[in-house]
Amino acid sequence: MPTEILMPALSPTMEEGTLAKWLVKEGDTVSSGDIMAEIETDKATMEFEAVDEGTIGKILIEEGTEGVKVNTPIAVLLEEGESADDIGEASSGGSASSAKEDAREDGGEDEDDGESRAASEPVAASPAAPVPQPDASPDWPEGTEMTKMTVREALNAAMAEEMRNDDTVFIMGEEVAEYQGAYKITQGLLDEFGNKRVIDTPITEHGFAGIGVGAAWGGLKPIVEFMTWNFAMQAIDQIINSAAKTNYMSGGQLGCSIVFRGPNGAAARVAAQHSQDYAAWYSHVPGLKVVQPYSAADAKGLLKSAIRDPNPVIFLENEILYGRSFEVPVLDDFTIPFGKARIARPGDDVTIVTFGIGMTYALEAADKLAEEGVNAEVIDLRTLRPLDYDTVLASVMKTNRCVTVEEGFPVASMGNHLSAVIMERAFDYLDAPVINCTGKDVPMPYAANLEKLALTSTKEVIEAVNKVTYR
Amino acid sequence: MAARKTTKKPNVSADELKKYYRDMLLVRRFEEKAGQLYGMGLIGGFCHLYIGQEAVVVGLEATAEDGDKRITTYRDHGHMLACGMDPDGVMAELTGREGGYSKGKGGSMHMFSREKDFYGGHGIVGANVPLGAGLALADQYKGNGRVTFTYFGDGAANQGQVYETFNMAALWKLPVVFVIENNQYAMGTSQKRSTSTPDIYTRGEAFGIPGEAVDGMDVLAVKEAGAKAVAHCRKGDGPYILEVKTYRYRGHSMSDPAKYRTREEVQKMRDEKDCIEHVRELLLEGKHATEEDLKAIDKEIKDVVNKSADFAKESAEPDVSELWTDIYVEA
Repeated sequence: MPTEILMPALSPTMEEGTLAKWLVKEGDTVSSGDIMAEIETDKATMEFEAVDEGTIGKILIEEGTEGVKVNTPIAVLLEEGESADDIGEASSGGSASSAKEDAREDGGEDEDDGESRAASEPVAASPAAPVPQPDASPDWPEGTEMTKMTVREALNAAMAEEMRNDDTVFIMGEEVAEYQGAYKITQGLLDEFGNKRVIDTPITEHGFAGIGVGAAWGGLKPIVEFMTWNFAMQAIDQIINSAAKTNYMSGGQLGCSIVFRGPNGAAARVAAQHSQDYAAWYSHVPGLKVVQPYSAADAKGLLKSAIRDPNPVIFLENEILYGRSFEVPVLDDFTIPFGKARIARPGDDVTIVTFGIGMTYALEAADKLAEEGVNAEVIDLRTLRPLDYDTVLASVMKTNRCVTVEEGFPVASMGNHLSAVIMERAFDYLDAPVINCTGKDVPMPYAANLEKLALTSTKEVIEAVNKVTYR
Repeated sequence: MAARKTTKKPNVSADELKKYYRDMLLVRRFEEKAGQLYGMGLIGGFCHLYIGQEAVVVGLEATAEDGDKRITTYRDHGHMLACGMDPDGVMAELTGREGGYSKGKGGSMHMFSREKDFYGGHGIVGANVPLGAGLALADQYKGNGRVTFTYFGDGAANQGQVYETFNMAALWKLPVVFVIENNQYAMGTSQKRSTSTPDIYTRGEAFGIPGEAVDGMDVLAVKEAGAKAVAHCRKGDGPYILEVKTYRYRGHSMSDPAKYRTREEVQKMRDEKDCIEHVRELLLEGKHATEEDLKAIDKEIKDVVNKSADFAKESAEPDVSELWTDIYVEA
């Protein structure tokens, strides 16, 4: 049966084009790859090649014709043994390439097409729970023995425990092995686990982040340490395009069990390139999990969860917190689940939502406010993705006022996102607009006085609380 | 067939030659069909065809063993077919249907098969190079003697992360074959205009990585060089670079008018260097096959490709619930 040659779509956006020039005439034989015509698309003039072998039986659209719709028959190709007399058959349907029945320009007559169009219309909405149901279970059983530990020691213990439990866990990064860690988080790991599992890398963030992701696909559980998250901007393509998206793009075949960790946010007097909070950046990305602990117990329990998680986890630490001591439960195997916030201080008058070093300001502010008779409820989010909306919403529905606290830039901040969710789901409970305390909208200055001003502060949190409580 | 250096009587069995012929023809016919379906609007977005480069993947796959891994860029259809992935699943992914390798969620540039150790299909030029070294690191860690083929183009060879990876792969002696598929054009920019070194493999010398240039239009030459590279890696001697000089007949993608080179240049390659014609001649001249035998293979391949196109058209679009699946692996 003769085959219709159809006007091709030669760009992702082409709907019609000009048949600029025929390079074959009726009676010519063509084989696969021969150039038959020049076609002007919306972008360029393209050569149009033959796919099937045969003889050009008839040219249906003359050269120079403009506005030829995609999938319009432009010529008829005859196979061996066919003649021009057979052409009627082609136009009456059922062509060899079955082009016509599948063409998307065929409109409503085409059953397949109708179905596919209908299927593409509704976009399923993200599931949303209308009534918040916070998980108020304790992180460890009451009466558990506690011990003092710095955040640094807690992180180190978490990695060592997980490396003992699972041979596929290894750590790589700059100065993690022989130097014992730029911030001493990996101290002692080389001695215990050897250089196969504690790998010093060259200064090459993009490269070793990619190697880490590949190793995770190869069945290992890498912990990739960035000396600071500022340097991870060199590697952000591998983190987002490779680690976060591939499970989705592979239809669930290629999960990536990897932890990227290191100090995040402002340290002290290191200026703009070394002082930035990436919480909102990474929380933006589906496929990633994002953690930012404050206490040593959370640092330990969450890092152990992160290492076990089959997904890429962004683990944001804080240099200033590394040396602080907290109570940590003495348990053989203690983890904190993702997506569970902690009410660090209960209260009824206002909700302060924060995470990481923001907790320092929030708790100080709450202490001072208590002296003035204002009982703030302080929520430590701990994980930013998944985010425990229920605990935040239940608290706001109780206090009717909310202040968020973080060190990151103000535009598109975590506080902005929380404000939007609170507005959508607890609008009628609000007695005042939500206020976001954030870092200032400036690169971090070096001068001590300016640096202090660029960060948020206990004073700003108190002022915000006073505003939302109309005091 | 001018300008080809292969001996007329290569040391290769008739069955092997026929397999190369069949495998290369499958890639070519599949890609021609994909081009046709693109023209009909059944395949959307970007679609980069492998036509002309078939000898590269078919020659290298002939050196692979079970458990060896491969990873490549966005011009990936040929790699998938050559490592034994099902043409139906590949074509259905191109049309964005539930029967595709990624359930329609990846498309032409993002396909994967755990079963066949094919790790993509990556759309960011150069990004798959450290990823491939990472796969090799996992194999070295496990001590399983496997090798990873990491394919990238002459364009990617100018990305910084490629050299970050060369450094670490050499330092740690990772079992990875870096295959530079040099088709001479990084989209529309010729190698001469973009690359300071005429032979890209020589860049490995700076890192102590051995390498060589290979005639990528000759499947037997590719296989021979590939076997040497794989043996080097498997022995634990670290990475190896093969710069395979090849040529793509079609544009960079379906919407590339290819004005940066002449029609004559393309035609000359087709006429004088075509990798499929080469094997066809070896088969006929060596009396390993008759015209009739080859016609039968052509027909068989045509049927496989037509079946894949039918499957890709009939397979349903993914269920709307798929929008929300596979974002995370359930713990």
